[in-house]
Amino acid sequence: MIKAVMMMNTQGKPRLAKFYDFLPVEKQQELIRGVFSVLSSRPENVSNFLEIDSLFGPDSRLVYKHYATLYFVLVFDGSENELAMLDLIQVLVETLDKCFSNVCELDIVFNYSKMHTVLDEIVFGGQVLETRSDEVMKAVEEISKLEAASNSISLVPKSVSGWRGGR
Amino acid sequence: MEQLKTIGRELAMGSQGGFGQSKEFLDLVKSIGEARSKAEEDRIVLSEIDILKRKLLEPDIPKRKMKEYIIRLVYIEMLGHDASFGYIHAVKMTHDDNLLLKRTGYLAVTLFLNEDHDLIILIVNTIQKDLRSDNYLVVCAALNAICRLINEETIPAVLPQVVDLLNHHKEAVRKKAIMALHRFHRKSPSSVSHLISNFRKRLCDNDPGVMGATLCPLFDLITEDVASYKDLVSSFVSILKQVTERRLPKSYDYHQMPAPFIQIKLLKIMALLGSGDKSASEIMYMVLGDLFKKCDSSTNIGNAILYECIRSISCIIPSPKLLEAAADAISKFLKSDSHNLKYMGIDGLGRLIKISPDIAEQHQLAVIDCLEDPDDTLKRKTFELLYKMTKSSNVEVIVDRMIDYMISINDNHYKTEIASRCVELAEQFAPSNQWFIQIMNKVFEHAGDLVNIKVAHNLMRLIAEGFGEDDDDADSKLRLSAVESYLQIMSEPKLPSLFLQVISWVLGEYGTADGKYSASYISGKLCDVADAYSSDETVKGYAVSALMKIYAFEIASGRKVDVLPECQSLIEELLASHSTDLQQRAYELQALLALDARAVESILPLDASCEDIEFDKDLSFLNGYIQQAIESGAQPYISERERSGMLETTDYHSQDHHEVPSHALRFEAYERPKPSSLRTQASTELVPLPEPSYYSEAHQPISTSSVSERESSEIKLRLDGVKQKWGRPSYQSSTSASSTPPQAANGTSSHPDVGVGSSSLKPRSSYESKKPEIYPEKQRLAASLFGGSSSSRSDRKSSSGGHKPAKGTASKPPKENPIPVQPPPDLLDFGEPTATSVTATDPFKELEGLMDSSSQDGGSTDVMGVLYSDAAPVTTTTSVDSLLSELSDSSKGNPGTYQSQTSKGPNSQEALEKDALVRQMGVNPTSQNPTLFKDLLG
Repeated sequence: MIKAVMMMNTQGKPRLAKFYDFLPVEKQQELIRGVFSVLSSRPENVSNFLEIDSLFGPDSRLVYKHYATLYFVLVFDGSENELAMLDLIQVLVETLDKCFSNVCELDIVFNYSKMHTVLDEIVFGGQVLETRSDEVMKAVEEISKLEAASNSISLVPKSVSGWRGGR
Repeated sequence: MEQLKTIGRELAMGSQGGFGQSKEFLDLVKSIGEARSKAEEDRIVLSEIDILKRKLLEPDIPKRKMKEYIIRLVYIEMLGHDASFGYIHAVKMTHDDNLLLKRTGYLAVTLFLNEDHDLIILIVNTIQKDLRSDNYLVVCAALNAICRLINEETIPAVLPQVVDLLNHHKEAVRKKAIMALHRFHRKSPSSVSHLISNFRKRLCDNDPGVMGATLCPLFDLITEDVASYKDLVSSFVSILKQVTERRLPKSYDYHQMPAPFIQIKLLKIMALLGSGDKSASEIMYMVLGDLFKKCDSSTNIGNAILYECIRSISCIIPSPKLLEAAADAISKFLKSDSHNLKYMGIDGLGRLIKISPDIAEQHQLAVIDCLEDPDDTLKRKTFELLYKMTKSSNVEVIVDRMIDYMISINDNHYKTEIASRCVELAEQFAPSNQWFIQIMNKVFEHAGDLVNIKVAHNLMRLIAEGFGEDDDDADSKLRLSAVESYLQIMSEPKLPSLFLQVISWVLGEYGTADGKYSASYISGKLCDVADAYSSDETVKGYAVSALMKIYAFEIASGRKVDVLPECQSLIEELLASHSTDLQQRAYELQALLALDARAVESILPLDASCEDIEFDKDLSFLNGYIQQAIESGAQPYISERERSGMLETTDYHSQDHHEVPSHALRFEAYERPKPSSLRTQASTELVPLPEPSYYSEAHQPISTSSVSERESSEIKLRLDGVKQKWGRPSYQSSTSASSTPPQAANGTSSHPDVGVGSSSLKPRSSYESKKPEIYPEKQRLAASLFGGSSSSRSDRKSSSGGHKPAKGTASKPPKENPIPVQPPPDLLDFGEPTATSVTATDPFKELEGLMDSSSQDGGSTDVMGVLYSDAAPVTTTTSVDSLLSELSDSSKGNPGTYQSQTSKGPNSQEALEKDALVRQMGVNPTSQNPTLFKDLLG
């Protein structure tokens, strides 16, 4: 199963972190830092795989992909296929690309909750749920639509309009 | 400019609806993004926390705003700061009717809360309601939440709804319901065990996505219990066939591959079902063969499936044709430029050589390329492969390589692992003892603090036991070379503690053995060690014991002993040491110096570390004494179980050890005769016990005080019902050690064996000279690694016959099956770095077992104590008759000295030795290290 999904930028700032088993905040931070220090020491043009028992316990592997200023990281155990996980990152990125049309770090930074929505459609409780980015998109859009609709009947139109106006 | 862009983008996103955030949040994110240092970031976040704390306290926060705050809390927590002050608001938000708010609430709660958190209870009701909602998005949100928030106790609360959802009309919901059920199964298999049939049912779902989701739980279930899913083999095969034939809707394609993730899951399941099952495997041949043809090796996902096929083939009973196809695929991987594929290729190779060991030879050069690749991951994987294909013909090259690599890395975790592998391989395939010792020295030098202490014990034993039964000359050469090399190494600064222990032991045992070095020289060196590492008590202890042995040998051989001034001062320092262990050793040393030759010889005989010690686990030798005691009016022993039922059963004596020691057993009630209290009491009595015995009898050798803390704590921990009357094997074994000085000498000496011989240095240099040849010519390396397996095998046999008769022939055969892989060299095994899997049973575990059984008697310890104190004259504590006789001999021989010694330094000598023996038991041959030492012991 998948143990964690992380996105961090090349300076090591976490952009999104989701652990599929509960970990205390400190431990999460420690792992994020640990992962980053390993990743940042990797040279270019090497494999995307790491065996990472030292951080996540026995039989933990990590697959990462480096896009521009971002690392996408998946941590999983022996029941998953490394190459397939690499493609799962690809799926995630493709989906985000569709969501944000040409995704970049800023999109991820500013759309924190949407990121989680997308991720939840792809990985569910540590298992791969959906790998068709169109389907994911559909689900996410449906949610957005509904939320937009619920916004309009929101109980606090004033704050919304104020907020909209603020832009 | 950058900021303008940002704002523009952000405006654009605002129109996407639903996910927009307020200006404040965007500002926060931006300022954090621009923070130059961690400190600055922390400052920003802390002030944000202050703001949020204040705002959350405001009354009547508009919901819209609240959602915003929650998101900010989540963000803060992702950055590593505590947001627990806002958890309750997230929980409240899940109750909201508005989907947007509810989803936000669930998101925050799943990120914030542990499944055992107190607040969960407030959410369960909401989840229940949401699972029944008409809006499938609400249901999905709730299903998403239960994966993280529901624990064993709350599963029953939501289980019925989740099961209902398995038949929901929306496939997205069915899929998630299956996953949720799967999650429950992982958390608490028993809670959903009656629902497992649902997974089988859902396998036939109309929607391929739901079917695919079902494979996840089925994979887990099949892993647990293969047998009950054998009937599904043909179903899985036909599903896979349909998938590969593109019968699924086009939308399931990914990069032109039909539903690759489903294929991979299916292949994994087939690997489980087909392993060791010929008929099941045969059903799979067709589809696997097709897959090799159909897979597009130009895409990543295609290769993923190919790799999965290789994996499956290595698990099932394959046909030759499939093996060939797999080998082809592997060679394609290895030839690829992509490191990822090389990695998979090496991995696949490692799996396949289990089945066809020859396959590695075709890829020699590729493997060596990977070994020298700058990619660490690839390198490690390759070392793993080498580890799997080690045999005695290539062990030297491989282990040398591993050690070089071990020295070059800083990652302690991996260093430990590779060190333990080196040790394991060396133990298993060592071509000669000298080589073994040399390798061990390298491992100790570079990773000494990381290796298991057992390794050190094995090394000490090897030096003590030498090559074999017949060749005493070679043995002493080995020891001399070890001593020489250690004397050399000792001068290096900062050696690992474990290595120093080994060095000290060897010097003590064999430093003066062949007369090359004088006692004063060696003892000076030992004092230096004790001085230089004065903070390390274990090393000091070893050094003092070594000193004691050296002086003992000197005394025994009739020479006059001149204690060096630095030794004298060391002893004096230790006499006042805070460590009772060191103090005891010092007292013993002092006492020993005052003894005459004969007594000393029986206490610490020369080179007695290999003598076997037998144990009388039933303490049968005590029977006569018991009989006597009962006849003279003592009450018979009542086991704890019986006793706990009776109020009056208590060993009075144990509570007051200043009682007249000759008194027999007395039973009085504990204040609270609960079984538990009885137990703890009994265990706490353990330590005071020796006292009465000491008072009663100078000769009394029990000194439980020497039982190390760890042991005694274990004793406390593991008090269980007592069954046997006297069955306390471990306790007895330790006492046996304590009461038998001669044997105990071995005890102290037995493990600490190290040999870095000068001889060992020589091979090292030769190895170094070998290395340069390797680099220019990979071919040669290849040859040494893979070199004609057939010839090497016969070579090996002959060499093992001649080269090192004892070990070679005897120790290897069992390990040397044609496949040079240890039976289950599963990755998982490597997780435990230090526990070399060579030894089937961890000696320490065994020791624990012994302790355990002793502790089982713990309840009766007090009783025993009385017995012992009474029994002292009989010295019954010796379990082995031979030991007994030895002891009595020695005490007969020089009763005066012996007596005086014991009275001077209480029971310390025995205690120490007992301690040592206990430790030695850890490495006792009988505890089977099958490879190296077994037959040496005959």
